[in-house]
Formats: sequence, C-alpha cells, structure tokens
Amino acid sequence: MTTIETDLVDYEDATDRYDPVLGIEVHVELGTATKMFDGAPNIFAADPNTAITPVSLGLPGTLPVVNEKAVEYAIRIGLALNCEIAESCRFARKQYFYPDLTKNFQTSQYDEPIAHDGWVDVELEDGEIVRVEIERAHMEEDAGKSTHVGGSGRIQGATHSLVDYNRAGVPLVEIVTRPIPGVGKRAPEVAAAYVRTLRDIFRSLDVSEARMERGNVRADVNVSLRESAEAPLGTRTETKNVNSFRSIDRTVRYEISRQAGILDAGQHVVQETRHFHEEDGHTSAGRVKSDAEDYRYFPEPDLVPVAPSREWVEQLRATLPELPAARRRRLREEWGFSDLEMRDVVNAGALDVIEATVESGTSAQSARKWWMGELARTASEQGVELDELAATPAQIAELQGLIDEKKINDKIARQVLGKVLEGSGDPSAIVESEGLAVVSDDSVLTGAVDQAIADNPDVVAKIQGGKVQAIGALIGPIMKATRGQADAGRVREIIMEKLGVQG
Amino acid sequence: MTQNSQSTDPTRLSAAGQAKALADGDVTSEQLTRAHLDRIGAVDGDLNAFLHVSEDEALSTARDVDQRRAAGEQLHALAGVPIAVKDVVVTKGMPTTAGSKILEGWVPPYDATLVEKLRAARLPILGKTNMDEFAMGSSTENSAFGPTRNPWDRDRIPGGSGGGSAAAVGAYEAPLAIGTDTGGSIRQPASVTGTVGVKPTYGSVSRYGLIAMASSLDQAGPCTRTVEDSALLHELIAGHDARDSTSLPEHVPGFAEAARRQDVKGLRVGVIEQLEGEGFAPEVRARFEESLAQLESAGAEIVRVSCPNFEYALGAYYLIMPSEASSNLAKFDGMRYGMRVVPEDHPTAESVMKASRGAGFGDEVKRRILLGTYALSAGYYDAYYGSAQKVRTLVQRDFSAAFEKVDVLASPTAPTVAFRLGEKTDDPLAMYMNDIATIPANLAGVPGLSLPSGLAEDGLPAGIQFLAPARADERLYRAGGALEALLEDSWGGPLLDRAPALAGEVK
Repeated sequence: MTTIETDLVDYEDATDRYDPVLGIEVHVELGTATKMFDGAPNIFAADPNTAITPVSLGLPGTLPVVNEKAVEYAIRIGLALNCEIAESCRFARKQYFYPDLTKNFQTSQYDEPIAHDGWVDVELEDGEIVRVEIERAHMEEDAGKSTHVGGSGRIQGATHSLVDYNRAGVPLVEIVTRPIPGVGKRAPEVAAAYVRTLRDIFRSLDVSEARMERGNVRADVNVSLRESAEAPLGTRTETKNVNSFRSIDRTVRYEISRQAGILDAGQHVVQETRHFHEEDGHTSAGRVKSDAEDYRYFPEPDLVPVAPSREWVEQLRATLPELPAARRRRLREEWGFSDLEMRDVVNAGALDVIEATVESGTSAQSARKWWMGELARTASEQGVELDELAATPAQIAELQGLIDEKKINDKIARQVLGKVLEGSGDPSAIVESEGLAVVSDDSVLTGAVDQAIADNPDVVAKIQGGKVQAIGALIGPIMKATRGQADAGRVREIIMEKLGVQG
Repeated sequence: MTQNSQSTDPTRLSAAGQAKALADGDVTSEQLTRAHLDRIGAVDGDLNAFLHVSEDEALSTARDVDQRRAAGEQLHALAGVPIAVKDVVVTKGMPTTAGSKILEGWVPPYDATLVEKLRAARLPILGKTNMDEFAMGSSTENSAFGPTRNPWDRDRIPGGSGGGSAAAVGAYEAPLAIGTDTGGSIRQPASVTGTVGVKPTYGSVSRYGLIAMASSLDQAGPCTRTVEDSALLHELIAGHDARDSTSLPEHVPGFAEAARRQDVKGLRVGVIEQLEGEGFAPEVRARFEESLAQLESAGAEIVRVSCPNFEYALGAYYLIMPSEASSNLAKFDGMRYGMRVVPEDHPTAESVMKASRGAGFGDEVKRRILLGTYALSAGYYDAYYGSAQKVRTLVQRDFSAAFEKVDVLASPTAPTVAFRLGEKTDDPLAMYMNDIATIPANLAGVPGLSLPSGLAEDGLPAGIQFLAPARADERLYRAGGALEALLEDSWGGPLLDRAPALAGEVK
C-alpha cells in the first residue's frame, strides 16, 4: 500500500540515544451560535452548503464582522491557560489558494494574537505533572470541507472534488505551545495528555463540545530529535490533524522511531508536514514546508482591531469556572479517594457521573462502586461512554438509596439496574411494579427459617457445634424459597436466635 | 437654482427638482423613469455609460411609487427619482460585473446595504454603469465591455473608474448615480464631465456589497449634477451598518441644509501648495484661481497651506491599493461563481484557477495584482507595504495640521481636462498621475467633493475639489453649494448647459 521510506529504530533504543522535543498546535472549534465573522449558524452535520450566507461563501462585496462571543471564548481560553490577554490585536489575512477557502485567504491572527505567554500543567496517568508553556492562542476561521471523489480519497488521483462550506467560517482558536523539552521517553504520553488536558479545559469552560471524533479539537504534532538536551533543536516535522489521543501517542512514537532512523543513517530530517495513517500508525510526507511558502500576511483592512477592555477581561477572569485539575484535587479530598482510585476514575471518564451521583445524595464510595463496576462493564460491552448509558446519576443515587434503606438487597439492586439500563424507568417504580421489595416481615421469614432448620439437621448440628460460618448453608435455601427477596441480614439474625448461638 | 426653466423635459431637472415635480404632481415617477429610459435608449448606444439597463424593474418601482403617492403614503423625498448604480455595487437579481469578464453573467443573491437603502426609499434603479475593471483606472478604458465616452466630446474619456456614472449624470440619462472612490474614481470623472461628485468620509457609507478593490480606501458616494443633489443622496445612503465593521457609528447630519446655505463668510479655505503648481494645466489652474476669487469675494478667507508629505502620497497609494487589491481579488478563481475556464488535459483546481484568472482579468488588473503580491511578499513587506503605511500616517498628519488652520482645503480636482481615448493607455504611470490630487483624501479617510470650476483647455470642463476633516462632510456641502451658486451666477446658468448635443439626441 504505502511504502515506508526509512528504517524505523526501536522506540526504546531511539529514546535512549536521542532527546525528543515536542511542539503542539491545537485547533478548537468554538461552540458559538454563529460563525466567526458571519451570521450563518455554526452547526454540525447539516446538509451540505445549507449553513451558509453570502459572507460564508465570500461572495463579492461581502464583509466580515467579528463575533463578540467568539472573542469572549478566546479570552476565556487564554485566561484558563494563564496567558496575557492583548490590550488590542488585529486580524490578518493568511493568503493561499485552495477551493475550500472561499476568499483564498484565511482571516486569522498573525503577529498580534489575542492571548500569549501562558502555561498549563499536564498530569500524566501516574500523577507526574509536566508544565507546558503556551506561546500564543489566536482566533481564526475554519475552511470548508473538501471531499475528493474517486481514487484514494486524497486529492491526488481523485476524479472530482466536492466542497461543503458549512464549516467555512466556523470560529477556531489555535493554541500553540513553545517547544516542549525534557519529556524523554514519555513524549508520546505527554503529547496525548496535553491535548486531553486542553479538551477537558474547553469542556469545563463550555466554549466547545470538544468532541475529538467530530474534529472539534484537532492537533498538529511537531516532533524533532536532538543528540542531547544541551544540543540545539533538531529539524521538526509537523503531522497534521491528528484526531484522537491514541493517534497522537502513536504519531509521536512513530516519528521518533522514523527520525532516529534518518539521523542514524547520517541523513537530514526534512522539514515538512506529514499525515498520520490510522490503519497502521505510520506517517507519510505531505507537502514540503519550506521557507519558500509565503502566506503574505497583512493586517485585515475590513476589520477594526479587537481591544478587549481590562474591565471585561477581569470580569471574565473572575467568572472562570473551576478548571479540571483544581476540580480533581478538590473532589479527591472531598471524596476521600486514594490517588490510585482517583486516577482510575478520571481515566475511565467517570468523574462527572460520580460527582452528579454524589450530589444526588449517594456516598462517594458507593457512587464509585457502581460507576467503576457494573456500569463501567455495561458501557464497555455497549461500546459507549458512561454518560451515554440509559442510567442517569440520579437513578443510580435512587438505587443506592433503596439499598441503604434496606428496601432491596444488592442482588435485587443489580436486577433493578438491568431494568433501568433497558430504559424501564426509575428504580423505585421498577421495584414497585415488579414486586421486588425485600421481605423483612419476621412472620414470613420465621416460617422459612423453621422449614430450613427442619430440613437440614446436620447443618444445624454443625452450627450448634461452633461452626457459625455454616449458617450460609441455611440462608441459601431460604433465599431460594423467598425468590431472593428475603433480607439476608434479618434471616441470619432469626436463625441465630432460634439456634441460640452468637455471631 | 439649476433647473432649466426653458425645457419641459423632466430629465433636465436636478434630482431635487424632479422630486419636487413628483411631489407637486407635475409628473409621475413612471413618466420620469420612462423619460430617462428613453434618453438612455437614444444616447447610450454611443456613450456606453450603462452595462445593464433594468427597464422593467425601474418602471415597476416607479409605478409602485406612483400608487403609494396617490394613496397618500408618506414617501422619502427622493422616492420615484431614478438612479443609476455603478456596476461595482452588488444588486440582487441584477447582473453585477465590476466591469470584468471574470464576473460576466453573475447575478448576485443579495443587495449591497446602500442598494437596500435605495430600494427602501423607492428610487427606481435604471441600471448598472460602466467602469474600469474592478475600478482600476482613470478613464473607464479598462472596462472589459468597452470604454464610456465623454458627453462633452465623444473622443474623450469620461474619467474613471466611475466614468459610466459621471457620463450618465452628465448626459441626463440619470439625475443621480452611485459611484465609488478609492483614489478619485468619483471626483475625477465629475471633474472631466462637468458634474458633481462626493467621496464621503471613510465609513460614512457602508461598504457592504461594494466589490472591494482596496478595503481601507474604498468609499461609495453620490454622482450628481448639483451639490444639493449630492447632499440629498449622501444623506440617503449614509449611516452605520452592522455588516461593515469600518462603518461610522454617528448619525448623518444635515448635508442638504449645508448645501443650500450659500454662505461662506469667515470660512477659511486652505490652498494646498503641493497641488496647484507643476503638472496642472494652465487653464485648469486659471479656473481654480477664479473659483478662489469668487469665494474670497463672498467673504471666505483664502490661506496657503503646505502638506509636504503629499509628494509621497501617490507612491504610497500605489503600494497600499495594489496590496489590498491583490488579496481582495484572490476570490475570483472560477470555483464558485463567474467565469470558469477549464483547460484541456486533466484539469485540476489549480489549473482551472490559473486559466480562469488568466482569461478573466484584464491587463491593468493583472498589473496591480502582481504589484500587490510583490509588495506583500516576505522580505519586501517592510520596505513596500510597511513604508507605505508610514507615509499614510504622515499624510494624515499633514491633513491634521492643515485643518488646525483652515476649515476646508481646496485644489483642482484633476490636473487636466478630459484626455483623448487611447492617449494614455500605453503609459500606466501617466494614467496614475491623474489621481495626484484626489489620492491624499483616500489615504487619510477624509471627505472630498468636486464641482465644476468652468471650461478649460479645448473648451472642456475642469473641476475644483474641496476636502474637509473626517466626519465634517457638511463643510464640503457648505463650500460647494456656495461656490456653485456664485459660479452659476457668473456663467448665467449651469455649466452643463454648454455641453454640445449628443449623437442620437432629439432636440
């Protein structure tokens, strides 16, 4: 299929001998109601070329107008990334010809980004913190989407191409890191964790749905190698539009192995953009990114500078929500989870649902037990996220409440949960309609106990002989006789009373 | 004051006069519109001022106005007065080419903001006027659809880029027309056709729907036969537009009232030293001096001022304008609208773009795209575009300093009367020199008005230009209205009355 042009060096070997340096550009599509410079709706998956206006199409005579909400979102992102917010900044035209670019220039920001000089702490799975420095975050518009028909799906070899301009003009913020040194063998993890951290921040700021699979968040991953941490930076490659955390990890891993092979052979890494291939995890050369590429940036004369007042910036700063890292720290303390428990919860994406369940009155450990146990298994079986399950945190809280009130036992609770997951309604209603409430009426239970004692004289003898644990052999038949609805604790007490033994 | 009382032909009336005749019931809008359409039919075959005549739509608007007026509806003062629109302004359902082959056949799906205003005020739109391709030129010879001729002399240029609008107004094909002025494209055609043209303060009129040449310089404005008519039309089309970020927030002050005031006592008029000497034809200068004398005799104070950086304005303009134009014109690529040329042998998007742009653009457009692309290129940006922006700041400072001493500035509008068709087509630099006096206003964003100063070389009209501080457009109307009255008194009538009859004209 695709030829791999260089010998790959084993990853461990490559990272033993070379020092990788990362640089990551993340584009996030903002979840504003309308586009960046245009009143067209900012929506996903409409029919092609329906979410457009004359401005989206860049028709002759049309002019852009800055979306104030997008500026607000960009500032919020900048503040969350500990950036300075520019007192005044201009848009600029980035000029190149491509059919998905309606004006044949992209309205972006060049030397005057709205946010600059920040940082963000990235927590790896084992709890190690890596601080990533942010060079800038700037506003720009997205391009339309080309579909190349015929051939491999790339423009080369296609018989024709279709362009959908629904995405043209969708507001983007591009966040550019400074070179990220000193990550060594953990480079792939750091890259993925950095993008995940940003994704979580976008969500908590509520500036984007930040769904990777929809391309709401896209990463361009720059990788270079150098002989040692003291050596000057090596030549980098930029792998474009990597769209999942796993792919980011694989991209970095592959590029390190590939570039090590080139350097080992005494050759030079070519500065270029590359494409990542999901199917086998390799990257392939795109266009050569040389200094000859000249976007002829100049200040956008159709727009006036954006000059966010300091009062506004401070107001936005004051109303920033708690960011994910701080929230995790707070919740871990409040819930009394161990570091390991908390990491598992975070890695399973269960933080939100557990929090919501706790807010509905369940203890943190009970909420964790449900979401990391039965529900995690179900979600995994169904191939969905926890928050996509039919069971809501409120229903889980209700279910646990029934257990805590001893209305049902664990076994019945699992049965009820099954019904909830089938969409049969709330737990109390299910217990009611299915008649699943625990039997703790002593008159009913006493009869069952008497019967069991009569039926199992040898077991009774064992218990009375001191083997109290043999009591289980009596409880089993009782549960069976009551179709599992007996309150096992109460049954145990009655048996002990009847046989005159102490637990 | 400028109505020709001898004639019963309503096309000879000023727009204000036509509006009054409509209000008085002397004529219907349908009659008035029909009269202009007939006039276009009679003379435009030779003049070529119109690229498109929208007869049905104009008459339909006219009849609608007549019905509303008959029903006693409150109408805009200019309702029913026909207007022509430069073809660089986007009109819904009406072809819009900007004088270029690359847009031939394009029918826009939306209206420019100023066109919305014209429609809302119910002015019948007679059609679209000829222009240099993408407004690039000073003679209308760069139109892809043939040049427009000057109503004063069919072998002369009508100025440019808005030669079509100026000629249409000067030839009584329309009482009002819309022009656009990036470096003089309203004022210079006014000067060489004996008409009035105003470039408003940058941002006074919305640019939404103007096919952009140079975004930071473009401004739409009125082309008329009288100063009062320009004021009335300016009031109609001006105002803040949320769709144009560079549009000014203020309300439109009373321009028409300023035009009618006819009082220049105590008005300080600054004569720009750099724009009265070398390069200006002797009779053009003489008419200018006489105009100043008229103003002085009416109580104005004439002051000499120096704007030393104007010397560099033309050079700066010819870097900033092509830079912005090269970018604004990138969108014409044959992908979405307009001309598409598909080369043989495995065409790609890139080869279609190249072929379409190669065939669709004329030489002057290509020249400016090349200049602009070069000026914005890495390694040249600072020396060219960057330096030009510095000059722009210096020109703005010159204006600020001058306006501390005077209320308005004055100069001849153009260095010469209309030159002959073909005379300068092979010499772009000579062509560019036409705009020497008009360009500084665009660089600084200040407003300018041109009105006839008299007949100069070869018995052809010359113009005088007034410039005012940004947002002080009313000063132009005050000075222009007063000088117009003084000059017409001295001439015994409007200058246009002396224009020769046109081919096809029935007297």
